[in-house]
Amino acid sequence: MHPGKASPILEVEGLTLAFGGIKALTNVGFEVAPGSITTVIGPNGAGKTSLFNTISGFYKPSTGRIRFQGEDITATRPPERAKLGLARSFQNIALFRGMTVLDNIKLGRHAHLRTNVLDALFYFGRARHEEMKLRQEVEERIIDFLEIDHIRHMPVSVLSYGLQKRVEMARALAMRPKVLMLDEPVAGMNREETEDMARFILDVREEWGVTVLMVEHDMGMVMDLSDHVVVLNFGQVIADGTPAEVQANPEVIKAYLGSGDVSELRQRLHQPFAVGA
Amino acid sequence: MEFDGLFLAEIVLAGLGAGGLYALTGLAFVMIYKATRVVNLAIGEMLMIGAYLCFGLATAMNLPMWLAILVAVIGSGMAGALLERVAIRPMLGESPISVFMVTVGLASVLVGVVELIWTSEPRRLPEFMPSAPVMIGEAFVPPKVFYGFLVAAVLIAVALAVFRFWRGGVALRATASDQQAAYSMGINVPKVFSLSWTVAAMIAAIAGVIVGAVGGISSTMGVFGLSVLVVVIVGGLDSVLGALVAGLLIGVVESLAGGFLGGEYKLLATFMILIAVLLVRPYGLFGTHEIERL
Amino acid sequence: MRIGTARSSYRHDESLFDSRTQHAWLAVLAVALLGFPFFADEYWLYLACLVAINIASTTGLNILTGYTGLVSLGQAAFMGIGAYTVAALEQKLGTPVLLNLLAGGFVAMLGGLVVGLPSLRVKGLYLAIATIAASVVLHFVFANWHSVTGGHSGITVAPAEILGLSFDTSFRLYWLFVPITVLMVLGAANLFRTRIGRAFIAIRDRDISAEVLGIPLLRYKLLSFGLSSFYAGVAGGMWAYFFRVVTPESFPLIMSIFFLAAVIVGGMGTILGAILGAVFMTMVPEALKLIVGWLPLSADATLILSPVRTIVFGALIVGFLVFEPLGLQEIWRRIRRFFHLWPFRA
Repeated sequence: MHPGKASPILEVEGLTLAFGGIKALTNVGFEVAPGSITTVIGPNGAGKTSLFNTISGFYKPSTGRIRFQGEDITATRPPERAKLGLARSFQNIALFRGMTVLDNIKLGRHAHLRTNVLDALFYFGRARHEEMKLRQEVEERIIDFLEIDHIRHMPVSVLSYGLQKRVEMARALAMRPKVLMLDEPVAGMNREETEDMARFILDVREEWGVTVLMVEHDMGMVMDLSDHVVVLNFGQVIADGTPAEVQANPEVIKAYLGSGDVSELRQRLHQPFAVGA
Repeated sequence: MEFDGLFLAEIVLAGLGAGGLYALTGLAFVMIYKATRVVNLAIGEMLMIGAYLCFGLATAMNLPMWLAILVAVIGSGMAGALLERVAIRPMLGESPISVFMVTVGLASVLVGVVELIWTSEPRRLPEFMPSAPVMIGEAFVPPKVFYGFLVAAVLIAVALAVFRFWRGGVALRATASDQQAAYSMGINVPKVFSLSWTVAAMIAAIAGVIVGAVGGISSTMGVFGLSVLVVVIVGGLDSVLGALVAGLLIGVVESLAGGFLGGEYKLLATFMILIAVLLVRPYGLFGTHEIERL
Repeated sequence: MRIGTARSSYRHDESLFDSRTQHAWLAVLAVALLGFPFFADEYWLYLACLVAINIASTTGLNILTGYTGLVSLGQAAFMGIGAYTVAALEQKLGTPVLLNLLAGGFVAMLGGLVVGLPSLRVKGLYLAIATIAASVVLHFVFANWHSVTGGHSGITVAPAEILGLSFDTSFRLYWLFVPITVLMVLGAANLFRTRIGRAFIAIRDRDISAEVLGIPLLRYKLLSFGLSSFYAGVAGGMWAYFFRVVTPESFPLIMSIFFLAAVIVGGMGTILGAILGAVFMTMVPEALKLIVGWLPLSADATLILSPVRTIVFGALIVGFLVFEPLGLQEIWRRIRRFFHLWPFRA
């Protein structure tokens, strides 16, 4: 349960999230080691996206704490969490459709730039200097890295799904994140796109030193890439460990495949279902 | 200063009368919103069209008033259907702001058409309501206001009953919340759109005739629509009951403001209520809360 | 035909006008703007001044509505604040013209910030309606705050005077308004090359994502409101020096609709769109006047001018929204593309 000796970069403790009477998350807790690739898996409706939304700051948990680099961020608002180094991508692509790829990526750096209104209106001087530096960095570190130079001026709305997901990752990288949260990064991708994305995720960890926390369904990718897997079911953590450990865990197998026991099934059918994910 | 209870009573009654008309026009607005999710800023102008159609039929074609009103209402209904077909249907699926702007454009077109045919000079509708003064207790109520209120009350009651008990009400709401899904469920979405605009236009026309009877008609009648906008926001954009309650409320408040502070304070009072509601309870007294999915 | 637009530096790629042909056309435009007043008669100079004022205001509204996605029906009211500020300062203090205009912008900006405050709680249509409310309240203030605004009779404004020179003709006002408008348009264009402009667009497209990226929503929405009402205030100030009389009826709700229509017709969210929209909407009534005068109508043709104008106005809004939602600038771009590729087909 405690991978590595270094203190966790992200820590979730006793998180409970309720919508009215429905509990999306119940007492969820786990740690993310710095530099690791941690994946949250679970059947549909398990609460994975709710978990992400809570860590991002859109949902306020009824109980529990979230700690980022040791600091309690449970009460911090989303824009501030971004400044601290927590970046995320969305399940349904959340790119800005009215802008080009380049502008979308540049927006990732927004929180770290200094240009104010007056600088912007005048442009020549401070604003231009900052913009040129930004452009250079984005081109050299991100666009080349993710191999999207051929589409940099295209409006994102005309790109294929796979490319859009890549642009979203590019934008998240522009935030110079310490922890990168990816919500289903390869959903809907074909074999080739999935392999490309997996390669990028590994490269991001290697070259940028970024910790990756993802939600994913593609078991092959999860098991190949992850250092640490957390399994959610009905809003609760039912397993937490290395991919091998989790794969062998009978609870996990039951959650995904069922136990084959009819009386058990009957009992489960009478349980109230959690909403979320 | 002696407190004039009678004056207050008369002001409140007059306010209720006006409020009834606000509620009626609000009903027309809510009907369109409930079925098509369109915020129709041209509702005041649709009211104006009804009034002018009646006027034209009664004066230029010399029809007896009851017939003029009937034909005007039906004609307005057809006009409403035409507006929907030409300007709203093509905007299916566009952002609500764009559709809102289309209704703003429509309002302008309607005003221009009226001015073109009848000029911008105010006119009077021929008398058709009983003119015997109406007394409630000791308070005097202008007869037109009273009978107008009665008509409005009846129509609103009917509408409330229809939405409560009619199966089609669910179809209406389905169409509003997700057009594509409603289509695939077999609901004839275009027909729902047409029907709602037709009926709403007819109701607005009735309100228009009454408003015209009370205060005369002019090409600036559409300004009535601004107060109605406040009414539906306060009541809730998709609530018939809300339109009723808020309509009466705003009517009384406006009347009080006008009576005690002066005519120019009427619109101000109404909009102060709007601002307050927007800040405290933007979905209105009875409106449904919109939840944003992440 | 445009051949080879290879860029050799990032700076080149980011510039506003990036090719030699564009620079050439810019020079032509500059010459035209400089030479115009010497060849134009009073009527055209009058129109030019009006167009400049409208471009300034439309550009401001475009920042708020076109780029940030916050629909406002209060632009005319903010212009009114600017106009009244300038008029009152001119009348009571006789302060210099440019200072008055800046002051007009700032006071209007303050008004914009106040109106923008509810924008975090209230979205989309509700915000638009809140701006209508603001217009109504402001109109009330204009009509009833006698000591400052002169009530219903308003304020008469003396002609602008700079260094002893009195700007009492359209010819002279042209030289005041056009540079101001050009600066304002360039400022807006620059805005969208920086993070501030990008943030505005992000808020329009998907404000939740914007928050995740670290953009504080309320602060930027207020910034957008403030900026656009500053523009309105300056435009209103110019308006005051142009028409020389400011009354509560000078800035009705229908004028706000005019500016919103200009933004839509021109093309929301583009600098060129705001310019084209303002020019188009200002010229349409004039063109109508010509057409109506020219048609063989028996009765007094001028009688139908006003209603026809109202109809055309509404029809333009509906027509562009239904048929060409990207506006005039899209039509312009199509023409440009055609010529870029000519003689080869697109």
